[in-house]
Amino acid sequence: MSDILPFLKSIISAPGLSGHEAPVRALIEESWGPLSDELTTSRLGSLHALKRGSAPEPRPGILLAAHMDAIGLIVSAIVGDFLRLTSIGGLDDRVLPGQLVTVHGDEDLPGIIVQPPVHTLPQEARSGPVDLDYLMVDTGLPARQLSQRVKVGDLVSFAQEPLELKGETLAGHSLDNRASVAAITNCLQELQGRTHLWDVWAVATTQEETTMGGAHTSAFQLRPDLAVAIDVTFGKSPGSPEHKTFPLDGGPTLGWGPNIHPGVHKVFKALADRLEIPYKVEVIPRHSGTDAFALQVAAEGVPSMVISIPLRYMHTPVEMVALKDITRTGFLLAAFIAQLEVDFIDTLTLDGTNDSQE
Amino acid sequence: MTPKNESKITSPKIRAPQIKLLEQLCNACAVSGDEGEVRALVLEQVRPHADEVKVDALGNVLVTRKGTARGRKRLRVLLDAHMDEVGFMLTHDEGKGIFRFDTVGGLDIRQLVGKPVWVGRDHVPGVIGAKPIHLTTAKERERSIPLDTLRIDIGPGGDPKIKVGDWATFATSFTRLGPSMRGKALDDRLGVVLLIELLKHAPPNIDLLAAFTVQEEVGLRGARVAAYAFEPDIGIALDCTPALDLPIWEDDDHAPSENTSYNTRLGAGPAIYTADRATMSDPRLIRHLVETAEELDIPYQFRQPGGGGTDAGAIQLAHTGVPSISVSVPGRYLHTAASITRLSDWQHTITLIYAALSRMTPKILAQDR
Repeated sequence: MSDILPFLKSIISAPGLSGHEAPVRALIEESWGPLSDELTTSRLGSLHALKRGSAPEPRPGILLAAHMDAIGLIVSAIVGDFLRLTSIGGLDDRVLPGQLVTVHGDEDLPGIIVQPPVHTLPQEARSGPVDLDYLMVDTGLPARQLSQRVKVGDLVSFAQEPLELKGETLAGHSLDNRASVAAITNCLQELQGRTHLWDVWAVATTQEETTMGGAHTSAFQLRPDLAVAIDVTFGKSPGSPEHKTFPLDGGPTLGWGPNIHPGVHKVFKALADRLEIPYKVEVIPRHSGTDAFALQVAAEGVPSMVISIPLRYMHTPVEMVALKDITRTGFLLAAFIAQLEVDFIDTLTLDGTNDSQE
Repeated sequence: MTPKNESKITSPKIRAPQIKLLEQLCNACAVSGDEGEVRALVLEQVRPHADEVKVDALGNVLVTRKGTARGRKRLRVLLDAHMDEVGFMLTHDEGKGIFRFDTVGGLDIRQLVGKPVWVGRDHVPGVIGAKPIHLTTAKERERSIPLDTLRIDIGPGGDPKIKVGDWATFATSFTRLGPSMRGKALDDRLGVVLLIELLKHAPPNIDLLAAFTVQEEVGLRGARVAAYAFEPDIGIALDCTPALDLPIWEDDDHAPSENTSYNTRLGAGPAIYTADRATMSDPRLIRHLVETAEELDIPYQFRQPGGGGTDAGAIQLAHTGVPSISVSVPGRYLHTAASITRLSDWQHTITLIYAALSRMTPKILAQDR
C-alpha cells in the first residue's frame, strides 16, 4: 500500500477555490505526470491525465473524476481595517467565526474571520448565530495598508493546517474532495504494475462546488464509455443522523440511485466482495451531489458510477477522513479497470439490482 | 535628568528574542488549573535574574528582585501577569476518541465550532466538528449550536493517555501579521513576557515583586494569595484587554454612527484603567502613569470604564489594602481561537511601565487617596 499521506497533506494545503483551481492543479500535475502518458488542461481548467490502455485502437475509455475545487470565501467590500465576505460554495455561517484564513491579496495575507462585538451589530443580529453578512476578516493590517493590498473579488481560503489524528485519520479543510484526488492518485499508482485494456482518463475537475462546470465539459470533451465520480460522503460523527452516515474506516460507499448505472454498480459490488474490500451501499434517491450528476448526461449520456469516501464534519475546516478508505478506493478502482474487457459496455444491462443485504 | 522623549529611555525593548519568547509561550497550553507548561517556561526565564523564586500552593510563580539603590526607602511594587488562559476540560468519554467537554473561563460557544484543539499535556490534536450543512435544516441554522451537542474528537483510534479531566485549548500557532500578531492566549502571555523582561531589567529604585499568577480566568484566584504573600506597597496588573474597535454596521436602517463602546483601540497604545467591575484604580497611580506618558511622549489610552476585571481587583484587597491599577495591551478577539494585537502597543506598554517604575518613589503615596 502506497503512502498517500504526504501528497494529501500537500494538496489540502494548497488553495484552489471553485473557479480558481490553478494552485492545487499544479501539485496534482506533478503527481499524475509520471503516472500517465499525457497531461492536458481543459478550457475550464480541469486536469486530464491519460493513461493509455493496451487494447488496439479504437480503445474504450473510462473517466475517473474527482473534483479538486474547494469551498471558501471572496472579498465583497473593504471597510476600514476589515474585509466583508461572501461565500463560494455551501458554508454554514455558524462554523466561520474564529477561523484562520488566507486572503489572496497582492500576496497571501494571513487573517481571521471575526464575529464583531455585539454593540456594533444591528439589533436583529445581536443574538444567535451571526450571518455571514456581518462577519469580517481581520488581517492585522491597518486600513491604509489593507486597501492597497486587497481588492474586492480577492479570494479567501481556509488556512487550517492538516492534523494527523488517532486511528490513521487526517483532519483539515478541503479534504472534500482532495481525498478523492488522492484516491485517483493511488489508483494510477496501482495501475503501474498492471495491464489494462481500456484507456484511463484521470480527471481532476473544477467548479463542482458551484456549477459542476468541470465535470460537464470534461465528459463532453473526452467522451468516455464509462465514468466514475469519486467524492466524499457523510461519515458517522457526533450529531449526524445514524441512517444517513457511514463509518470512518469502513471502506468506501458504492452509490445506488438514478445517477448511477445499475449494471456498473453491480460489477463494482461483486468485485469488492470478491477482493474482500469493505464497502457500504449508499442509496442516493435524487441528485448525487457529485460530478456524476453532470457526467451522466454529457453528450449522448455516459453510464456512471459514484464511489464515496466517508468524511466527518463536511464543509468545515476540520473535515476528517480515514486514510485506509482512500487507499481502498484507489485499489478498488484499479482492480475494476484492470478487469475491464474491451466489450464490457456491450455486456452492460440496465436490469442490475441492488441486492445488498446490509 | 529626565529624558524628554521615548527614544532616550533606557527601557527593556521588545525585539526578535522577546517575540520568539512570546511565540513559545502562546503555543504552550495553560488552561486555568493546569498552568504547568507556562510555569516551567517562566521559571527557566526568571531564575537567573531573581533574588528569590517561589512556587506557591496554587502554582503561582513569585519572584523577588530587590532594588540596588541605597539610602532611600524602596517601594515594594507588585507586578502581576496571569499565566492561565481560557480553554476546555474533558468531562465524559464516549469512546473511540470522542469526548464531551465543558468550558473553563469566559468563552462564547459560537466561537468553538469547527476548531482544532490540543488535548492534554502532550498537545494531542483533536477537532471540534459540526454536523455537515447538508444535513441541517434552515430552521436549525437559525439557532446557535449548543455546547452539549459539541464534542472533541481526537480520531477514532483514541488514545489511552487522554482521559476525562484532561484540559484542552485551541490549537492555534502564533503568527506575525505585518505590524500585528495573531495567536491564542495573547491574553495574557503578552503580560507574562513584559514581566519577564522587566525582571531582567529591573529599575534599581524599587523592590520588584513579580507574580506570575494562576486561575485569573476563573476568578482572580492566584493573584489573591500572591498579593497576600508579597504584602506590597503598590500593585500593577499587566494584562490584555479587548479592543472592540470594529466599525458599526451601516445600512439603510442603520445610519452611519461612531463606535463609542470600543473599550480600547488597537494601535492607540497601552490602556490605562480607571475603573472596571473589580477595581477602582488608585488615582495617584493613574496620575503617575499619565504624567509619565505625557512627559515622555509615550502613546497611551484610557480603557473605557466599565465591566471586566483584572488581577488588580484581587490585589487591592490584600491585607489592609493595596493601591492598585491595571495597564493592558489592547487585543481584538480575546478568548477565541485567535486574537490579534499590535506590536507597537506591546512595545509602548513596556516603555511606559518601565519609565513609570523608574520614577516611582514613596512620595507617590504621600498624599491620601
